[in-house]
Amino acid sequence: MAYIKIDRDRCKGCCFCVDFCPRNLITVSESHNRQGYFPAEFDMKNEGRCTACKTCAVMCPDTAIEVYK
Amino acid sequence: MNAVFKRPDALTDRETHFCPGCTHGTAHRIIAEVIDEMGIVDDIIGIPGVGCCVFLYHYFPIDVLEAPHGRAPACATGMKRAQPDKIVFVYQGDGDLAAIGTSEVIHAANRGENISIFFINNSVYGMTGGQMAPTTLLGQQTTTTPYGREFRTEGYPIKMAEMLATLEGVAYSARVSLHSPKHVNQAKRAVRKAFEMQVNQMGFSMVEMLSTCNTNWRVSPREALKVVENEMIPYFPLGVFKERTGKDFL
Repeated sequence: MAYIKIDRDRCKGCCFCVDFCPRNLITVSESHNRQGYFPAEFDMKNEGRCTACKTCAVMCPDTAIEVYK
Repeated sequence: MNAVFKRPDALTDRETHFCPGCTHGTAHRIIAEVIDEMGIVDDIIGIPGVGCCVFLYHYFPIDVLEAPHGRAPACATGMKRAQPDKIVFVYQGDGDLAAIGTSEVIHAANRGENISIFFINNSVYGMTGGQMAPTTLLGQQTTTTPYGREFRTEGYPIKMAEMLATLEGVAYSARVSLHSPKHVNQAKRAVRKAFEMQVNQMGFSMVEMLSTCNTNWRVSPREALKVVENEMIPYFPLGVFKERTGKDFL
């Protein structure tokens, strides 16, 4: 069971993680964060589907993603 | 549950000032990861140039010397000679390294100064508002070339990695890109190689990173990655142009 944690206030909504997730588990939030961007979100319901491949974290320019396995 | 990917210790908690999708943040992170892996955080001194990289001292918990525009390799020369047991790295953009500081970087490379340079090539002057840099691609529109860069009047984009590879003092010269996970991992290996060259006292090492500037290219972050892949890489080929294997320069 793997999952990722996205630092909501650090994310700037560039959507690289959304594009590069091989299983399309990351979506864009409908509400803005403290910086005014619409951040990426990970639904914990998808915990079993995430493989901790780290692709999202490698691409994140703001180092907002932590990966757990 | 164990963390398999965490924010590196060699980055502070501060949020970066970079635009959304700017790969400067990726470059900062891979340098911080390599510093962590090599365990050199207490021995490292960073010297950023002027440009978007200027706030490096906010993001790395290390000693940082601010250099005047283009003069970072000259400052690094003095710093490394004064403190030869420290690891000195320079972080410059293309307006800084390839335009204003061309002579400094060429002569530092020619002297074989034992420093590592990370050169962020995003083909425009980013911080000042997207003016043409020497690395701007032919036909690329910038605020100072509104009809596209024309070789008859502005010349050709300069290939720094190939140019420095011809100099005898250079130990390592490579060009990498930051537009896909595979290329980011390759870039990290190149950064590690550059630091190892310095630790082994092999001479000057430089890694040119093809980066994005979606704000000044007037595209979205997603499209900017495509621009790097489809427009920059055909002109700026990736690869290692020089890698010294032994101390054959003595």
